[in-house]
Amino acid sequence: MEKQGLYLPEFEHENCGAGFICNLNGEKTNQIIHDALEILVKLEHRGGVSADGKTGDGAGLLIDIPHDYFKRVCDFSIPNQREYAVGMVFLPKVSNQYYFCKTIFEKELKIQGLTVLGWREVPVDSCQLGEIALASEPNIEQLFIGKTDKIDEATFKAKLYAARKIAEHTIRKSKISESNYFYIPSLSITTIIYKGIIMPEDIGPYYKDLQEIDLVTRLALVHQRFSTNTMPTWELAQPFRHMCQNGEINTLRGNVSRMRVREEIMKSDIFGPQIDKLFPIILPGKSDSASMDMVVELLTHTGRSLPEIMMMMIPEAWEKHKTMSKERKAFYEYNGCIMEPWDGPASVPFTDGDYIGALLDRNGLRPSRYTVTKSGKLIMSSEIGVVDVAPEDVKEHGRLEPGKMFLVDMNEGRIIEDEEIKSKIVSERTYQEWLDKTRLHLKDVPYTSETCPIESIDVKTRQRLFNYTFEDIQEVITPMALVGKEALGSMGTDTPLAVLSDRPQLISNYFKQLFAQVTNPPLDGIREEIVTDISLNLGKDRNIFSITERQCRKLRIQNPVISNADLEKIRSIDIESFKAETIQILYTKSKGLNGLEDALDNIVIQVEKALEKKNNIIILSDRGISQELAPIPALLACSFVNHQLNRLRKRSYFDIIIESAEPREPHHFATLFGYGASAVNPYMVNEIIRMQVKEGFITGMDEQKAVDNFNTAIGKGILKVMNKIGISTLHSYRGSQIFEIVGFNSQFVEKYFPYTASRIEGVGLYEIEKEIDQRYKQAYPDNKINKNLSLNIGGDYRWRRNGERHLFNPTTVSKLQQAVRLSDQDSYDVYANAINEQAESLMTIRGLFEFDNLDPIPLEEVEDWTEIVKRFKTGAMSYGSISREAHENLAIAMNRIGGKSNSGEGGEDRKRFQKDINGDSRNSAIKQVASGRFGVTSHYLTNAKEIQIKMAQGAKPGEGGQLPGYKVLPWIADARNSTPFVGLISPPPHHDIYSIEDLAQLIFDLKNANREARINVKLVSEVGVGTIAAGVAKAKADVVLISGYDGGTGASPLTSLKHAGLPWELGLAEAQQTLVMNSLRSRIVVECDGQLKTGRDVAIAALLGAEEFGFATAPLVASGCIMMRKCHLNTCPVGIATQDKELRKNFKGTPEHVINFFFYVAEELRKIMAQLGYRTLAEMVGQTHKINSNKAIKHYKAKGLDLSSILHRPTAYKSMILKNTEEQDHNLENVLDFTILKDSHRALYRKEKMNLAYPIKNTNRTVGAIISNEISKIYGHLGLPEDTLNINFTGSAGQSFGAFGSFGLTFTLEGNTNDYLGKGLSGAKLIIKKPVKADFLAENNIIVGNVCLFGAVNGQAYINGIAGERFAVRNSGATAVVEGVGDHCCEYMTGGKVIVLGKTGRNFAAGMSGGIAYVYDPENKFSNGLCNTETIEFEYISEEDAAELKTIIEKHVLYTESKKGATLLADWTTSLDNFVKVMPTEYKRALERIATEEPMFEELIKA
Amino acid sequence: MGKITGFKEIERQDETYTSVIDRVKNYKEFTVPLKDKEITKQGSRCMDCGIPFCHSGCPLGNLIPDFNHMVHQGEWQKASWILHSTNNFPEFTGRLCPAPCEQACVLGIIEDPVSIENIEKNIVERAFKEGWIKPQPPKSRTNKTIAVIGSGPAGLAAAQQLNRAGHTVTVFERDDEVGGLLRYGIPNFKMEKGIIDRRIEILKAEGIIFKTNTNVGVNYAVEDLKIFDSLVLCGGSTKTRSLPIQGIDADGVVQAMDFLTQQTKVLFGKEVKDQIMATDKDVIVIGGGDTGSDCIGTSNRHGAKSVVNFEIMPKPPGHRSASTPWPFWPLKLKTSSSHKEGVERNWLINTKEFIKDKEGKLIALKTINVQWEVIPGKRPELIEIAGTEKTWPCDLALLALGFTGPESNLADKLGIDKDGRSNYKATYGKYQTNIPNIFTAGDMRRGQSLIVWAISEGREAARQVDIYLMGKSELPSKDISGDLIAM
Repeated sequence: MEKQGLYLPEFEHENCGAGFICNLNGEKTNQIIHDALEILVKLEHRGGVSADGKTGDGAGLLIDIPHDYFKRVCDFSIPNQREYAVGMVFLPKVSNQYYFCKTIFEKELKIQGLTVLGWREVPVDSCQLGEIALASEPNIEQLFIGKTDKIDEATFKAKLYAARKIAEHTIRKSKISESNYFYIPSLSITTIIYKGIIMPEDIGPYYKDLQEIDLVTRLALVHQRFSTNTMPTWELAQPFRHMCQNGEINTLRGNVSRMRVREEIMKSDIFGPQIDKLFPIILPGKSDSASMDMVVELLTHTGRSLPEIMMMMIPEAWEKHKTMSKERKAFYEYNGCIMEPWDGPASVPFTDGDYIGALLDRNGLRPSRYTVTKSGKLIMSSEIGVVDVAPEDVKEHGRLEPGKMFLVDMNEGRIIEDEEIKSKIVSERTYQEWLDKTRLHLKDVPYTSETCPIESIDVKTRQRLFNYTFEDIQEVITPMALVGKEALGSMGTDTPLAVLSDRPQLISNYFKQLFAQVTNPPLDGIREEIVTDISLNLGKDRNIFSITERQCRKLRIQNPVISNADLEKIRSIDIESFKAETIQILYTKSKGLNGLEDALDNIVIQVEKALEKKNNIIILSDRGISQELAPIPALLACSFVNHQLNRLRKRSYFDIIIESAEPREPHHFATLFGYGASAVNPYMVNEIIRMQVKEGFITGMDEQKAVDNFNTAIGKGILKVMNKIGISTLHSYRGSQIFEIVGFNSQFVEKYFPYTASRIEGVGLYEIEKEIDQRYKQAYPDNKINKNLSLNIGGDYRWRRNGERHLFNPTTVSKLQQAVRLSDQDSYDVYANAINEQAESLMTIRGLFEFDNLDPIPLEEVEDWTEIVKRFKTGAMSYGSISREAHENLAIAMNRIGGKSNSGEGGEDRKRFQKDINGDSRNSAIKQVASGRFGVTSHYLTNAKEIQIKMAQGAKPGEGGQLPGYKVLPWIADARNSTPFVGLISPPPHHDIYSIEDLAQLIFDLKNANREARINVKLVSEVGVGTIAAGVAKAKADVVLISGYDGGTGASPLTSLKHAGLPWELGLAEAQQTLVMNSLRSRIVVECDGQLKTGRDVAIAALLGAEEFGFATAPLVASGCIMMRKCHLNTCPVGIATQDKELRKNFKGTPEHVINFFFYVAEELRKIMAQLGYRTLAEMVGQTHKINSNKAIKHYKAKGLDLSSILHRPTAYKSMILKNTEEQDHNLENVLDFTILKDSHRALYRKEKMNLAYPIKNTNRTVGAIISNEISKIYGHLGLPEDTLNINFTGSAGQSFGAFGSFGLTFTLEGNTNDYLGKGLSGAKLIIKKPVKADFLAENNIIVGNVCLFGAVNGQAYINGIAGERFAVRNSGATAVVEGVGDHCCEYMTGGKVIVLGKTGRNFAAGMSGGIAYVYDPENKFSNGLCNTETIEFEYISEEDAAELKTIIEKHVLYTESKKGATLLADWTTSLDNFVKVMPTEYKRALERIATEEPMFEELIKA
Repeated sequence: MGKITGFKEIERQDETYTSVIDRVKNYKEFTVPLKDKEITKQGSRCMDCGIPFCHSGCPLGNLIPDFNHMVHQGEWQKASWILHSTNNFPEFTGRLCPAPCEQACVLGIIEDPVSIENIEKNIVERAFKEGWIKPQPPKSRTNKTIAVIGSGPAGLAAAQQLNRAGHTVTVFERDDEVGGLLRYGIPNFKMEKGIIDRRIEILKAEGIIFKTNTNVGVNYAVEDLKIFDSLVLCGGSTKTRSLPIQGIDADGVVQAMDFLTQQTKVLFGKEVKDQIMATDKDVIVIGGGDTGSDCIGTSNRHGAKSVVNFEIMPKPPGHRSASTPWPFWPLKLKTSSSHKEGVERNWLINTKEFIKDKEGKLIALKTINVQWEVIPGKRPELIEIAGTEKTWPCDLALLALGFTGPESNLADKLGIDKDGRSNYKATYGKYQTNIPNIFTAGDMRRGQSLIVWAISEGREAARQVDIYLMGKSELPSKDISGDLIAM
């Protein structure tokens, strides 16, 4: 779909199901095709369907070229196998364009000296297509190409590649209307691809070839796509030519821009001078997988093997790997100099026809299960159970491990293990020698006697010039220098966007960080540090085709935030191959705009000259400013040099170091790296810190230590910014431009910040210069009035009179409180006017709108306020972050008026589920499910009217949270089902949502857990949120919430408060436009929140497309909050954001205050509705014509804004559905639970013991949740007595087997399961065992998938085999036995017991704060490096422990007939010696404290 | 911000007073300062609020959290810079301000607010002691001349700011000493006059010219003001309110201001004929405000036989009432140090008549108790309660009934418009009168008000004058949108 309104196609995402199947004996069979099609059908739930219900997001398969079949069906003769190539070609429908494309392609083939053997029309049955697919269906033909000359295979392939690339470029540039129909899915001498936007079950019927029984193959790669948009295209269906992918490449933007740079210096013997015609290698506007495939394809022509290419592009996390071989590390380090990682959650099956294999990303974020059969089949797929295999035929069940490769040599007919293939590849060249010889480390560069330049003007003047305030020094810089961490803030941000601010802004402030939500996960760089790295290599790049030691002649910097001394070293570096030149980024102040523009151009000229002199490190420096010479914003200079030199094709020759006084916050550094810097020296901050130490504001350390602390804090901050978007290494982040600009005009962006989204126009170079001028005026006042204050006081983070304006200020807070307390309409009016009337002082985008097309009606005709408030909700604030008093107050108020309050993350005291005696209800209507899953049980979910999945939160999208142990008081712990005084971590990602199909799965899980509740998905506004919302609608959420970046009550790093995410106006409008365009709007309710404060705010939100509205800060203020912004310190003086007993007594809010607030808001809204002519709110939704954005704006910065894209109406908008009109079809009717429900009547209602049995398949998902829901409804959280309902299943269970299983259920599964076994387990017993008939060794085979027992609260699990990654993540009470696990086992665990009888992966117990784990470790591998010992200690196993351990293992043997268990028990004393007990330090302390501090429970009992 | 939990751990500590017996023997200030260490601790009670309402409640916009932080850190000099960046004369406000900041202090919601005023006083006193407060004469002169009429806090603030901008400033004062009401209207025991002199020395050293005993429009012709490029009228609101009842002409019925002024003049050896004394008299002070309280303190120092105070309004509640919610100025009972020195306070009492003897000497007061009838939407009505008449023996009745507005002399002579309340007319924030080069500030513009408002208006008016003269101004200004809107 084309760019329109706020919708930008480049932000579409896709995730999927993928797999392959092959015959290890090299036999070609038709069965493989059948199996492949079956896999597709069985993965259907991982794919997406368009609004027409028939057009899939894309499905396809890649197979061997069926030589014999083609010989039969082609009416021309074809040479021997591998002597010809077959192209699958999509062509235009219009006949002259069709011929045009054919001719061009043929011509290019001929130029390459190849012969066209003939075209074959591919027989298809178009009846199988949905409306959308049919509309874009191409003519599909196959082209057979032969060699003319005797050329080797590599040359043949290269010629095919060149011909195809050039034909593609030619046709793309030809401007014919159907040029986008022309696409060549495959052009190969070995493989061919059949794909389209077809439902999986239709792909066979559509491509008639696939039904022919003589169509045979050895291998098949299959793919089923789920894209977030619903205008899928034929060409983006997968597989691609060499690979397909399940996941998402988060680093794509950086990779693409780096590839553009690489093209500058590409040279190749095989392509010769025509190589220039191949560019761009990556066609613009394609998906991440398509782009990656294009690079893989290029690299196959560089003499690297396919497995080597995959290792180069998706390296393992080698940097911090303790046990990896030296040779392998050298390989990765060497290749790191050539290619940055393509990083993100990705399982990538690949093939070139000879090899077929798959690789998993460094963090193991996608499931990849495989089965090898005795009969010689290998099936690898996102799920197990996709092809029926008899248990006795199974030779091995395995899974792909993080960063690991899995390869089959089709010609040898064998599986090559990761170790073997990688050892072979890494030993092909002497990488270590090359590195030792050529690699330079910064620490090895000698210090110089040069001291850093001395500034001629005084420090205070310079600080004013660079916009420093007291607040910057006190609140931003000093804390970082003191503790090496960024300071926290609370209560969101309510200051104007940079473009609306009167105060001069650093240009970084116009940039908003993008972050991952839904389609890809953010990372946890703290707990999963092993996968992160911020080191960078500096120096000249080299031709990617050459594989020589020169490639790694680079300077390696460990932390690219460098000190003055390090910078001096580099400045005067005198080592072969390295030469640095400093270029001043200053302009002549008096020349104004022209001076600035000329200076920028001049910098580029200077860089070019420096390059001629063989410099390869360019230091851009703003030192040396004066009254005459002004600094060019470092980010502007950096980005311009980065892009302009690329335009000049010289970017490969150097790297950029920034020496600037500007950067002080992590965000400033992040933007610099994001636009191409390779190191930054913040010299002014260094100076300030040294002064702060001298003056005694920083004590307890010397100056250098304080500076180092700051640099470390920035390093961590950048890591956090990267992790937000799911990027692990700075190497991949550098130059990636993962930002959206708010408030730059497009001309300016195009020249200086190309490839970055900026959708509402705004300022340009002229205004930027004006802002610098303003800074000058402050720095050099006209007359010499002695100022008592040398700097501005600040006021960004806390209100100050002469500081930045805030929406919540003394007047608005006090007037709102006066209004609700004294029921005083006049005060409310003062409040609302102060917020609404932003004409004079622009603060928000909505403030720039005016109502238009008024059509007044009498106020009485407008629906009552009591109706309106039913659409109002209070924000998600957890009990724990706010006090019980404040939390319950909101709930009572909302329940009284029929609105909804939100539990927030952190469970809810179950006593609140019952009504109070006076009829009030303290039960939160909305129950949140966040990444920590605290207190999320079947019972909790059962008591919800709405269940909200928090994907991100406005205050800090892409980040997790932490409730430190001292705040986890007994009553908080109880609500969260955790241990008192044990810290709780909410990870950045939901560990069961790494992609869109995972979200669909969680929605399905929750819908099963409570069928009556609406499922709400909370997103935060950013560019691309529209496509995500469309994805969420397709994933069948009932409600999607678009949150503004500025809202949020929780604690958050200062950088995140201000610089991540966008105002809701943009996100909401984008979501509305995208949903409407895709005909998805009718299926979903759209909600909006983020600094909503008045009826006018609600009116604007409704007109932009929202039908429900969330408020958090304002109702808190109505309850007494006075915006201390100290919520994270537990010192809230008004008893809201605190657990302090004494302070909580100060809470004076009442439900009436909150109700008064909503009454006033609704009444204000009613008046606006009457003016506009709407009787009901429903009529208003999406009526953007009632908003006028053309208000005359006088403000010099804001007048350049163009808000029309927010009000954009897609064609035929009027006739389209603009609001929610129907319910989602959740397809629950076929759920196995309903069958079980029918059969288990006696157990459920009469508590009789019952035994039932069912077969099970991978398409039976979330088995047990509905039964548990029924049990919870009747019996509450206690459920049924143990073993009341016993069910035996056989087969491969689908995802979320046993999810939220409640007490009384016992599931025994003979077979295996997919991911999320026992998610949210609430008391049930799960037994997973190897089928009796199978003869493989259970303890060596994988039996359950990833992320099992996530958020389990209670219950037992006995697993007779190995589990995948992140076993028992965030377990808070379940007991589990398993015979082996993958990486990150017991991550964030807070309670329960986990017993591992076999091998573990890396990073065991990361962030584990509670519970106990026992690991059988006879070879001491676990205790020597696999366990993350940051929060735990190894403890002696007491007799009591030993007895308990033995009992549990005995049960395991009893239930699963585990051989491993039996063996251990047989020699128990020896076995016991080999067990390691993992005890979290905090847990141990907490247990001691609980034992001694009985009185703390008082409160709990009282509650 | 000092200490995150400072407010929970440390209690408010105020200055103490010397004992009543001792202090009423003289006219000296009687506060006992806290130790530095204790002040530092008091500074750490500041919670560094996200919205510092104190900073908004202060008419000057004092950067209260910021100087509190510096005090907590022991950085007194920096605290002094911060304080002086918004306030020319913290030594006045630190002693005499009723401290609306403290009423707006967030900590005040739950317990005693931060002792902001006392911290302020300590900062400035420390600064004087250390010699940090030095004359800051302008680096260059603009050759513009300005006359400031009135040397009260508004006039002084305007003068200092204008002088700093390089203008040549002459301050006219009709009395014999500079300071306006600060000089003679405020009893010495509340502020010793050396405090003013100390500051005037600085102002003089900065180049400001003071002309005392010069009453513009009386002994100095307004025409002579033409030599100035601009005028700033800061004459205050000095017309006292009287009580137009029978016997007002009695000997012994005296305006409080006269009584107080005389006493202060005497203290400084000025000649005062027939000073009104309260010694051995039954004194009744009519009016329950600050001036009334000053009269009580002075009467007790004179050695009155008895001191009684009347107030026509009801006795306010002992604590903030729901109808005047935080952070607004609360209606609540105020007991000053003077009250503690001995007085009988009466509320809801109206004086009906001054009874005099044959010589016309006051001998008693006749009163009646009253109540207020409040009908929403109407002005409250005063109702006398029949049968509550009472006669009070009295030798000296001091009228502390406030001021009705500025004297009109200057306005008449200069042709300046006045508003409905007889104040000199100029918009808040602009300070410009109907005559473009004439500005007005302080009580003369806003009616009787607080010292802190006078300083604030003087500063802001100075900036407006500077803009008027120069087209722009580098003088600091407070963002008036930050003023806490009244209830």
